Amino acid sequence: MLLIKNGCIVTDEGVFKRDILVEGQRIKMIADKIDDQECEIIDASGKMVLPGFVDMHCHLRDPGYEYKEDIYTGTRSAAKGGFTIVACMPNTDPVIDSKAMIEYIKAKSRTDGVIDVLPIGAITRRLEGKRLTDMGELKEHGAVAVSDDGFSVSNSMIMQNALLYAKTFGLPVISHCEDTQLTSEGLINLGRDSTFFGMMGISKAAEEIMVARDVILAENTGASVHIAHVSTEGSVDIIRRAKQRGVHVTCETAPHYFSLDSSYARDFNTDAKVNPPLREKSDIDAIKKGLREGVIDVIATDHAPHSEDEKNIEFQLAKPGMVGFETAVPVALTELLHKNMLDWTDILNKFYCNPCKILNLKCDGISTQAVADIIIIDPEYRYEIKTEEFVSKSKNSPYQGYKAKGRILYTINKGRIIVRDGELDREVI
Amino acid sequence: MKYMRKDLLGLRELTFEEIDYILSTAELMKYILLQDVKKTPHLNGKSIVSIFYENSTRTKLSFDLAAKYLSATSCSISVSSSSVNKGETLIDTGKTVDAMAADVVIIRHPFSGAPHIMAKNVEASVINAGDGVNEHPTQALLDMFTIKEEKGTLNGIKVAVVGDILHSRVARSNIWGLTKMGAQVRVAAPATFLPPDIEDMGVSVYYDTDSAIKDVDVVMGLRIQRERQKEGFIGSAYEYYRYYGINQDRLKLCKKDALVMHPGPVNRAVEIDSKVLSSENSMVDQQVTNGVAVRMALLYLLTRKGSRKDVIN
Ligand SMILES: [Zn+2]
Repeated sequence: MLLIKNGCIVTDEGVFKRDILVEGQRIKMIADKIDDQECEIIDASGKMVLPGFVDMHCHLRDPGYEYKEDIYTGTRSAAKGGFTIVACMPNTDPVIDSKAMIEYIKAKSRTDGVIDVLPIGAITRRLEGKRLTDMGELKEHGAVAVSDDGFSVSNSMIMQNALLYAKTFGLPVISHCEDTQLTSEGLINLGRDSTFFGMMGISKAAEEIMVARDVILAENTGASVHIAHVSTEGSVDIIRRAKQRGVHVTCETAPHYFSLDSSYARDFNTDAKVNPPLREKSDIDAIKKGLREGVIDVIATDHAPHSEDEKNIEFQLAKPGMVGFETAVPVALTELLHKNMLDWTDILNKFYCNPCKILNLKCDGISTQAVADIIIIDPEYRYEIKTEEFVSKSKNSPYQGYKAKGRILYTINKGRIIVRDGELDREVI
Repeated sequence: MKYMRKDLLGLRELTFEEIDYILSTAELMKYILLQDVKKTPHLNGKSIVSIFYENSTRTKLSFDLAAKYLSATSCSISVSSSSVNKGETLIDTGKTVDAMAADVVIIRHPFSGAPHIMAKNVEASVINAGDGVNEHPTQALLDMFTIKEEKGTLNGIKVAVVGDILHSRVARSNIWGLTKMGAQVRVAAPATFLPPDIEDMGVSVYYDTDSAIKDVDVVMGLRIQRERQKEGFIGSAYEYYRYYGINQDRLKLCKKDALVMHPGPVNRAVEIDSKVLSSENSMVDQQVTNGVAVRMALLYLLTRKGSRKDVIN
């Protein structure tokens, strides 16, 4: 048994000060005051208590790239960041495009993981953009969505069929939007920084054209689509207007798209090389506005670990992506909550309710009889992000030295304490 | 004693004073270059290694001669750019050369920023001999040297740069350098060849060559890669020449004694008309000569501080 006392519980109706009693894997009781029991007591005075967050877009690199991350380290890194459920993208080696691979992820997560891992299957076999996967079978074995993330499904006919076929089985389709012909040799956002630093640019249109296409396909077919990592003002506008017309479109952004601009990639800093690239101040403002207005449903980490050897090289050769689990929540709290762009209920929606809804997961929050996936956040804790302290196997992050306000103190998965006082519990290391 | 950095990576980060210092040192080197016996002991006991990941006969030769005239031990290696993707890392190559006690590493690379990552990882001074579409600082320095030599100053000089600005490291370095030295720079190109916000580098932008070169002191052509036609950046070399080629009629729009410059090799009748090229206005040969002087100056400045470990950064 575990008793969490005096915490402020965040719900979709507001914030309430309550005590929580956990027994086994579930929440047994929630009340104004629960008398001390013969059990571990966590004093959560002045802290926020929320359901464990759900990251619907991450790369665990397992199997095939375990030198970057694996399910053992990835789930610990996620737990440290406040996530109790993560959905991992299928661009592994082999690709997660078969029931065998879905089973592999599930099995490895049971043995090595400390939180729940939900596999995302591929839209097309081997992510080649040509033949659809057996989506029915993927779903049956536990895929929560399909995506060719990392690649755009460039053939519009294939994408249309993917939306319809996935709809048949009730599988969400997560689209990586990129017109790769327009991206061409681009390395960073096309704009002042690409001009000044002599790198070929990636235009915003390369993303927006595909967002527009997918929205049109969703509208014409009546299927739904989820747009991954929205990074531009134009994409937010397209999605806003589509939502107003009633198109079944949802979308996510990642913390770096509302906190870092393309200047971080100056001087060929490969830690800031991501796809889509970091954009401009006006895009950051539009992303924040989109989050506040509910156009952007979800904040996902797009956790994309890479080894030092893949980053400490020429910018052109460096792999795109940054580690995200351990910075996502602190950055969101610092940039959005503390700057009054979002309140606690919004944070709950972006990191929990909306990803649950999109992935068709139970969304019980902190309630009696719910599974005890709980996180406790100290919203006032100020600290400087140090990448060498990451639990992730990889350290590629431009947030080194970032001044954060807000920290995950506890992550509890099914009643088990994974993170205690901000560090991994000794039992799970 | 003037401040000198460990490396020469680009003109973006250099100050007016640093550029001025390099240009005046090059004057001395040009004097040496004009002697019957060119050998001087300035770089005696110093070693210079050039690593070229991209072909460039003239830049390589220019650096090589510059090193040899100053009595340095110099070697150059060519690495085919296809092997760049085959796991030979740039840093490893740099460290190897560093371990052999090279004082200066000269690097030409198809990727922007490659010399910068090399510089961060080696003790030797690194000279950028052209990186991707980013910078070609020694070319710009020799261009500026040539202009200053002919016109006496760079301050207030009007320069038109015509051609593929987007893909041109020569243009970028020249814009950084010339604007810092007080020149007025105009660029002229079809919109497909103009990167966004180029005005913010301090230049004025023209689609129309005639207006761009009106009354300028210098007109600089850039090399047009033939592939750009296939890639859809321009209609044809013929049309390019018609609108952007520097011919005799256009030359009349410039100041009478305007200099015609080009980093070479020239596509005749695409960028510059043959008659213009052989006219008195053409600086193309002087540019080549001055290239050696400028490179001698840089090698001298970068190696001057006794042991390579003492170089200030
Ligand atoms: Zn993606």
